[in-house]
Amino acid sequence: MDYKVRVKVNHVNFFYGRVQSLFDIKCDIYDKMVTSIIGPSGCGKSTLLRLINRMNDLIPHTRIEGQILLDGKDIYNPKVDVVEVRQKVGMVFQKPNPFPKSIFDNVAYGLVVNGLTNRSYLSGKVEKSLKDAALWNEVKDRLGKSALTLSGGQQQRLCIARTLAIEPEVILMDEPASALDPTATLKIEELIQKLKEKYTIVIVTHNMQQAARISDYTAFFMLGKLIEYDLTAKIFRNPSKTITEDYVTGRFG
Amino acid sequence: MRKKINQSLGFFFLSLAVTVTIFFLSVLLYFIFSRGFRIISWEFLTAVPRKAMTQGGVAPAIIGTLYLTLGAIIFSLPIGLACAIYLCEYTPKSFVVNIVRISINNLAGVPSVVFGLFGLAVFVKFLNFGVSILSGSLTLGIMVLPSIISAAQEALLAIPQSYREASLALGATKWQTIKKIVIPSALPGIMTGVILSIGRVAGETAPIMFTAATFYKRGYPKSIFDEVMALPYHIYALMTEGVHPAQQKDIAYGCAFILLIIVLVISAVAVIIRGVQRSKYGLQS
Ligand SMILES: Nc1ncnc2c1ncn2[C@@H]1O[C@H](COP(=O)(O)OP(=O)(O)OP(=O)(O)O)[C@@H](O)[C@H]1O
Ligand SMILES: [Mg+2]
Repeated sequence: MDYKVRVKVNHVNFFYGRVQSLFDIKCDIYDKMVTSIIGPSGCGKSTLLRLINRMNDLIPHTRIEGQILLDGKDIYNPKVDVVEVRQKVGMVFQKPNPFPKSIFDNVAYGLVVNGLTNRSYLSGKVEKSLKDAALWNEVKDRLGKSALTLSGGQQQRLCIARTLAIEPEVILMDEPASALDPTATLKIEELIQKLKEKYTIVIVTHNMQQAARISDYTAFFMLGKLIEYDLTAKIFRNPSKTITEDYVTGRFG
Repeated sequence: MRKKINQSLGFFFLSLAVTVTIFFLSVLLYFIFSRGFRIISWEFLTAVPRKAMTQGGVAPAIIGTLYLTLGAIIFSLPIGLACAIYLCEYTPKSFVVNIVRISINNLAGVPSVVFGLFGLAVFVKFLNFGVSILSGSLTLGIMVLPSIISAAQEALLAIPQSYREASLALGATKWQTIKKIVIPSALPGIMTGVILSIGRVAGETAPIMFTAATFYKRGYPKSIFDEVMALPYHIYALMTEGVHPAQQKDIAYGCAFILLIIVLVISAVAVIIRGVQRSKYGLQS
């Protein structure tokens, strides 16, 4: 296990108001690996994921204890610029959420807000991101059209392209394929395999086969606690806890 | 069987309500149009009044109403939008903010004559703007401010949180998110509020009675510190003052006709703008 650690979750407790939803979470997320987070509904998967790009800052009355280190630096340090964190840690949401703008503007958005407005630079970047997200061929003739005219699967790939455009180091995905049909899901999975050459990916999924297929590491959560975290192969073939085995073999959940 | 009867009964009352509404609306429009239309002429629209209001036109009143309406919107739209953004996007949902929100809604129900008195005390007297376009516009602007804030707030609240999250997750700042995503998506909804406000502003008499309007003025206003003629007040004056009630009544209907047309045209333009905004990127809200 001497991979490079990209994100280090260090004894994290998290509270929605007075209700604690994460308990002393500790795990290392490795560089250029796909790490999946599994566990029953309500166990805190999304909560943890959203802590890694400080999305939970938006929810009032929440509180975090402990640290989350990105490349060794605590992203919850008061001196840290949250905008910078989010540029390094991109996020793809469960429901595709393209902006009501053109396809081009959606992909260019993250660059434009960072002051990169040179038209030819943007065009090149948009094309490259759409190609990386395996969407280019389907949309290249209608970049000016509204993103809302795309199908659900296309919209989700557009959201991925939009995230790739800002070249984050880490990409967080919260059940990115749960709203999609099997074909679209397959495309996203293939895409993730390709993306891990360049990016560190953390993905929440409810689909065991999907976790087993695409991830290198798997974290199993229950009731706000990290029960087991190991190589995916180990979690699915030979977990050290019976409760993990029960879950991955579908005996409950 | 019973269910079916209930259903037809329900349907009957609903369609009755619609029919009654449409009936009265058509009668009103017919009434105003048939009486008002007779007197409309090129002169009526473009000339100043003559012979103690019995002849000539009402151009100064038309111009005055346009000035007042424009002034009120110029004043209230930016402030209203800013208030709504502040209340929706910058303050956490708390007890105090709720109180402020409820107060603003209640303010929308304050009778317009009260705003008129307020305008008289503050703009005309205290700030010494006199009876003028400025005082009238500010008074009308304050009167519609609550409705504009409410409409804008509703439009902003209707924008899915997922848009904001997506924008922030791409490294945009809060202000960029508001400026580039939230406001453009909320624009159609905000426009609706503005449309309704324009109708109210153009048609109100009470707020301008003490602050801006005059029954008779030779020629057109030259600055925002001049008093003006305005259509709604002109109608009121024609019906209650003067010595030629019969001729004055005809002119009053002519003014009402023009006022209706102005409101309809402004609304139509706003509806078209809103439609374009909406269809541009398939917006739902
Ligand atoms: N905004 C919120 N305010 C209060 N409590 C919340 C909020 N979001 C989540 N929770 C609570 O925190 C716990 C963890 O929720 P979380 O969304 O992280 O679960 P999850 O593992 O992602 O579930 P799912 O698989 O259904 O998406 C749940 O008990 C949930 O009720
Ligand atoms: Mg979740």
